[in-house]
Amino acid sequence: MKANKGIFINGILKPIFYVILALLISGIIILLTGKDPILAMVSLGQGAVGGKRQLAETLLKMVPLLLCGLSVAIAYRTSFFNIGAEGQFLMGALAATWFAVGFDLPAIIMLPMTFVVGALAGGIWCLIVGIIKIKTGASEIINTIMFNYIALRLVGWAVNGPLKDGYLPQSSEVNSGAVLPILWQGTRLHIGFLIALALAFILQFILFKTVFGYQIRAVGLNLKAANYAGIKSAKRLIQTCLISGGLAGLAGAIELMGVTKRLFEIFSPGYGYDAIAVSLLAQNNPAGVILSSLLFAVLRGGAGQMQRNADVSFVIIYVIQALIIVFVVMSSSDKNSNSVIQKLIQKISLQKAEKKVDSKGGA
Amino acid sequence: MEKNYVIVMKNICKQYPGVLANDQVNFNLEAGEIHGLLGENGAGKSTLMNILYGMQQPTAGDIFINGKKTQIDSPKKALDCGIGMVHQHFMLIKNYSVAANVMLGMRKKLGLKLDEQLASKYLEDFYQEMTHFKVDTKVKIEELPVGLQQRVEIIKILFRGAKILILDEPTAVLTPHETDELFIILKKFKIDGYSIIFISHKLDEIMEITDRVTVMRAGKVIGEVQTKRTNKAELARMMVGRDVIFSLPKKPAKIGEVVLEVKNLAVAVEWGTAIKNLTFSVSRGEILGVAGVDGNGQKELVEAIVGLRPKSAGTVHIMQQDFTKITPTEYMQRCSHIPEDRHEVGVILDYSIADNLILTTHVQEPFSYKGMLNEKAIMKNALEQITDYGIKTPGPNVKVKSLSGGNQQKVVVSREISKCPELLIAVNPTRGIDVGSIEEIQLKILAERDQGKAILLVSTELDEVLALSDRVAVIYEGEFMGITSPETPRASIGLMMAGSRLVEE
Repeated sequence: MKANKGIFINGILKPIFYVILALLISGIIILLTGKDPILAMVSLGQGAVGGKRQLAETLLKMVPLLLCGLSVAIAYRTSFFNIGAEGQFLMGALAATWFAVGFDLPAIIMLPMTFVVGALAGGIWCLIVGIIKIKTGASEIINTIMFNYIALRLVGWAVNGPLKDGYLPQSSEVNSGAVLPILWQGTRLHIGFLIALALAFILQFILFKTVFGYQIRAVGLNLKAANYAGIKSAKRLIQTCLISGGLAGLAGAIELMGVTKRLFEIFSPGYGYDAIAVSLLAQNNPAGVILSSLLFAVLRGGAGQMQRNADVSFVIIYVIQALIIVFVVMSSSDKNSNSVIQKLIQKISLQKAEKKVDSKGGA
Repeated sequence: MEKNYVIVMKNICKQYPGVLANDQVNFNLEAGEIHGLLGENGAGKSTLMNILYGMQQPTAGDIFINGKKTQIDSPKKALDCGIGMVHQHFMLIKNYSVAANVMLGMRKKLGLKLDEQLASKYLEDFYQEMTHFKVDTKVKIEELPVGLQQRVEIIKILFRGAKILILDEPTAVLTPHETDELFIILKKFKIDGYSIIFISHKLDEIMEITDRVTVMRAGKVIGEVQTKRTNKAELARMMVGRDVIFSLPKKPAKIGEVVLEVKNLAVAVEWGTAIKNLTFSVSRGEILGVAGVDGNGQKELVEAIVGLRPKSAGTVHIMQQDFTKITPTEYMQRCSHIPEDRHEVGVILDYSIADNLILTTHVQEPFSYKGMLNEKAIMKNALEQITDYGIKTPGPNVKVKSLSGGNQQKVVVSREISKCPELLIAVNPTRGIDVGSIEEIQLKILAERDQGKAILLVSTELDEVLALSDRVAVIYEGEFMGITSPETPRASIGLMMAGSRLVEE
């Protein structure tokens, strides 16, 4: 009972509070630039979920955010800060392109095989950093970022070289067997959406209901104690790296198979980096990542219409995202009992509790 | 009669979020006395002294120094008022010389550069005035034994002109012999008019060295007494709030077959050899105690046995099986280990009590089956352990970090003891917890022995080793100085702790 209440406050009330606070502050900024914040927010909403097409496009954007968010979240649980979802996403897309352009087999074989190839590429990309960390102690934060650059340049080289098709720096289109079926007729929303959702629930289950999940959380919370308890922490870390990178790689493959059909140089608009914020906001809970990736997709989906209708630059979206991250980081630091946000929330919940007591006493 | 109080603390309150660490505390220190501040961990002693030393600000209350109301807002201000504090954990830079450490931060005297020669000269000059003791000015801190490092800390504050010394658990790191030497020095200081606050939770020391005692419990002052007019039992009652048994009821040991057999064990570490050629065995129904000052290889010995550390030579057998190449995973499946530091390696603070209680057993049935956790079994186990071991908590889902130290330790102890194997290795099982919990845990360990378990008890608390063990091994720099009976006079065990071998008669 008590634990549930804590989860409710920390897991749901707090993030909502941060989002509202970030929107309020952004509203003030919009006001200061002489534009209408209400109109901006309304057109943002309309642009994101105002119609069938808008909603489908938002959900489409949600797929890579969700998968990359899961990638960051699961890695974070072992205290592995995967800043490299971006690179793993690209490597997944690169390998999937190589496979889906080069092989022409029936969809029943092509679809799962392309998934596997993409996931493997992303997984191995993350695994390399994991092994470096275990063997030498080198920080995965630096190395995953470096591997992002390498992946970006590899993709650039591939679409200008071996995978280049015609005059443009891009690959040829993937073979039809590797194109994801449409989920919602009349829109671009494909079945990758369902796959991502299912994976979120599966991960939630693995993390909290299985021995494997128990052990990786133990490794993340207290590595030494996990070792003392006989948990094979290095093995768990390696496995988690594979899963984490695999999810981001799968996201790259799905984006290729469902949306772009081709690989080109600027394949990712930064999904892998947004994923860090997505995971943070969800406090690294897979089920929570569903909600936070939806929120980020809404922000991105509605930005265009906001810019057109309210004449507010879409960069305000980044302000909102950044503010949310700042709030989350402020409240989850070790000194969180001292943070302003924490105190504010404590105060509010205290007042609520007091009111409850009062009303009970009154009655 | 008006007494000459150098420090008066009046109605000090300190509120932390959720905890009232000091509640209307009154404390006074007379000139030229040694004043004991007694209380269990978490009673508020350290908070009170941190306030006096300017490291924390009181929520309410006043401090008077030599009768004048003073606000102490920083340790520097405290030093200006003549108050110096020696912390439990030394604040020394290991690869700097004694003189450099003493002089550190005194920019006015030395300028921007830390000139070793000059620093050494200043300190030599200072030694002319201070006749109590000296420490060679040019030696590096890391080359000094702990007892002398502590003296450097004392010199540091004397050099800054302190007349009031606060010593926070100064004997925790010392051998009995070093403790005796410290007491001699403290008595000299007293004669020379220094006033000393001596923080401790050890009753014998308080009885020996202090003139007056202030006893704290749960943030409040329970009483202030003249040491001459009180006794250990009374002080313990004030400290704990109930009667405490000082001698544990110990039945004669019924020794059975050998369970743990260690032969010629050696352990190499980065800085040399931590364990040199150790041979011993522990049998069913007995407790082998390993006494010694912290850092003499205890940690390495235990980690090597449980497989956390590679052995460079020797063999380990448990129940006649060769366990020399055991992994921690295998060890934890079959034997128990109460590790040294519960926060660091014993529990996962952010896990619930229920989850911590299966930390070493979660791969076994009934807690999991084919990789799936069995929540019902985990909860049932948690509720049973909470009742059996009297773990004070609102429920099994509470995070371990919100429990008191004693209750956290009970989580570790109950988890390991209830695994029910033949062997228990316990390292400092009662360190840093309240007297009540100490008693409960020690009784549990004795009960396990009486039921025929073989127990290796490694502890830096000599009293604990002597009270619980059937045989006592004294470890010094990775070697046993001898294995002897717990009835051996403390003085000779003290000598062994300092490195002299047991003389066979």
